[in-house]
Amino acid sequence: MQVPLSWYLVVAAALFCIGLYGVLSRRNAIGILMGVELMLNAVNVNLIAFWRYVEAVRATMAGQVFAIIVITVAAAEAAVGLALIIAIYRNRHTVDVTEADQLKL
Amino acid sequence: MTANFFFNLTWLIPLFPLAAFAIIVLWTNRNRLLSTWVAWIGIGLAWILSWIIFWLAGYHAKYLTASVENYPVPLFSTPTGSTELQVGFQVDTLTGLMLFMVPFVCLMIFIYSKGYMNYGTQAVDSRYSRFFAYISLFACGMLGLVVSDNLLTLFIFWEVMGLCSYLLIGFWFEKKYTDPNRITPKQASLKAFLTTRVGDILMLAGMLLLYIQTGTLTFKEIFSTEVLEQLATTYAFGQVPWATVIAILIFGGAVGKSAQFPLHVWLPDAMEGPTPVSALIHAATMVSAGVYLVARTFPLFVAVEGGTQLAVVAFIGAFTALFAGTMAIAQNDIKRVLAYSTISQLGFMFAALGIGAYVAAVFHLITHAFFKALLFLGSGSVIHGVEHGHHHSEHGGHGHESPEGDLRSGGFDANDMMNMGGLLRRMPATGWAFIVGALALTGIFPWAGFWSKDEILADAWNAFVHGTEYGVAKFWPIFVFAMLALAALLTAFYTARLVFLTFAGRPRTEAAHHAPESVPSMTWPLIILAVFSTFLGLFGMPWASRVYSLLGEYGTIMGEHIPHGEFNALVAGISLFVAGLGWLFGWLLYGRKPLVEAVDPIEKPLGPVYTLLKNRYYIDQLYHKVLVRPVINLASAAYAFDDRVVIDPIVDGVGRFGRWLSEWLKKAVDNPIIDGAVNGVGRVTTWFGEFMRATQTGQIQNYLLVAVVTILFLLILFLVRT
Repeated sequence: MQVPLSWYLVVAAALFCIGLYGVLSRRNAIGILMGVELMLNAVNVNLIAFWRYVEAVRATMAGQVFAIIVITVAAAEAAVGLALIIAIYRNRHTVDVTEADQLKL
Repeated sequence: MTANFFFNLTWLIPLFPLAAFAIIVLWTNRNRLLSTWVAWIGIGLAWILSWIIFWLAGYHAKYLTASVENYPVPLFSTPTGSTELQVGFQVDTLTGLMLFMVPFVCLMIFIYSKGYMNYGTQAVDSRYSRFFAYISLFACGMLGLVVSDNLLTLFIFWEVMGLCSYLLIGFWFEKKYTDPNRITPKQASLKAFLTTRVGDILMLAGMLLLYIQTGTLTFKEIFSTEVLEQLATTYAFGQVPWATVIAILIFGGAVGKSAQFPLHVWLPDAMEGPTPVSALIHAATMVSAGVYLVARTFPLFVAVEGGTQLAVVAFIGAFTALFAGTMAIAQNDIKRVLAYSTISQLGFMFAALGIGAYVAAVFHLITHAFFKALLFLGSGSVIHGVEHGHHHSEHGGHGHESPEGDLRSGGFDANDMMNMGGLLRRMPATGWAFIVGALALTGIFPWAGFWSKDEILADAWNAFVHGTEYGVAKFWPIFVFAMLALAALLTAFYTARLVFLTFAGRPRTEAAHHAPESVPSMTWPLIILAVFSTFLGLFGMPWASRVYSLLGEYGTIMGEHIPHGEFNALVAGISLFVAGLGWLFGWLLYGRKPLVEAVDPIEKPLGPVYTLLKNRYYIDQLYHKVLVRPVINLASAAYAFDDRVVIDPIVDGVGRFGRWLSEWLKKAVDNPIIDGAVNGVGRVTTWFGEFMRATQTGQIQNYLLVAVVTILFLLILFLVRT
């Protein structure tokens, strides 16, 4: 029995929602970052699944290339995000995002 | 060059002095010498052109008659209401004679003024250039008046002279006197202006009536037979024809300008002006304008046979001649004596006009202008000399006329004849010229005044004996004759008094003792005028009747017969006799034993009469009490009424109402609506901003939540739609 496409999509949606929840509910900036990673990987799952099931011709690698690019961007984003968090921590001795509201007047 | 060429240039004559006035005022005001020359050249050109035209008018009289259709010459026309006003000039023999006299006498006065205003000395008048500008404008007024071909431009130039007389009489407007009763130049100028204004209003009324009745103000049209006929036969009220009413009103203007009773009061006070101005006003220009006006509009005066208008002119003239003569004998101010003499002589002219002796009146006008100019300039020279003498004896230096008047010269009056005496030796040129003028004025053979005055008396006598012209009642010629003969006696007496008090005997003051002769620019005009005063009368000799032919042509042009009297030995004898009698009295009282003390020998025997005459019959006081005071009181009352009762309360009320209204508007409209709207906008914006501010928490998760909710919302919307 072949696993149907919808299973993948459900897993990806679940993963996305967990990530979204983490982003919206965590106070810790690192937690938020981890949530963002989850959301990005949920997208990756979707991309690969659609490529595998929907793409008719296997010769092209578009879905996989998209996933690779997303992973790359996610790595860069994590690096920048962590650097920002470290900078905030150095400055304010906290990584709680509710404390980091100085841009508000 | 043809005569026509010059006649067509006549309109330029008044423009030369006008140009001089403009140039001095606009450009050369700073440069005294240049201003003098500009004024001299202006009047000089006018003089040359005038004499050419006079010559042509005399010798081409027939030419003028033949081509009378060409004159007057219209220069331009301006629309006035439904009609057009033609403005032009005209040359006839009367204009020609005036052009002989006016610019020449003006020129003499202009030349004299240079010395009189102390050119080239330290004492030069601070407004020297302005003086020349004003007298140029004055000359322009008179010359424009004589060449006008219609009453309106004549009236305009007439008023130009009125303005100039005001400016010039008040030329030393800052002068103050220690005696508070003595009239200052400022007051005198106002008095002259306002008194002549009374006459001008009458004249204006006459002109308006004439225009309403005939629809024209051009002389040629007014004096056409049909128009005169119409004026004589239409009645203003009752049996009084329009011609009479208009003639009397126009004569009213002449009475004001020529200072006849009862408007004579301004002229003696006009002596407060500089002496050349007195000469201008009294001889060449302003007062002769009145006589000229009556002579010019003479056809109007004779339009109605035996009308009252001629009787009015005759009565006013004859009465004034005698009346002014009596006042002259009790004046001590040398210029005032001459002023009254002028009024008296103008009375002669009007009396002559009033009995229809047109030629004699104009002849006397011309001769009088010359010798009166001479007498005024001579008296100015005397005054000038005495002032210099006064300053010389006071300070031992060069004296000068001070604008502060006698405040600075310590109450010394250089015009007072009692301060003079013995001046013939000190100032021979002035003295002899003055004596020539005095002989001419009193009508001694063979000086000019004899011929012209005798002319008037002879015409009056002939009219009485042989019947009058124009239906004048027989009473008037003899009345005029008697009054004028008496006036001639007085003329001789006060002139003799003037001459002996000023020039004979020994100096009564240090000032007179040190008086120097005037500069040549002052004495030469005197000498020239003296020559004219001597020989001018010869034109009026019975065997050289140039004047008659000149004016006779004028008469034919106007379609009127102008009478002229024959030489009458009896009348000539009478006029010489009264003149001689006057001189004899004068000599007996003042010449035989020259005064040592400054007391007039006629003061005691005449008693109260002397006081009456000295105070000029109290007419000034009467006018002051009856006319001036009430007018001032009325004005004060009106002012008070105005100030407290009507105008000011209204103005205040309007102001208060406006203030109240604005307060109310502020409370009712401005504050709630305008301010409310503006504040409201601000407040709403603030409130909205506060509201929106709440969404800007700075919490990243809030923003994300909003984003998620929005996307979900859009997603649901999308799903529902599909």
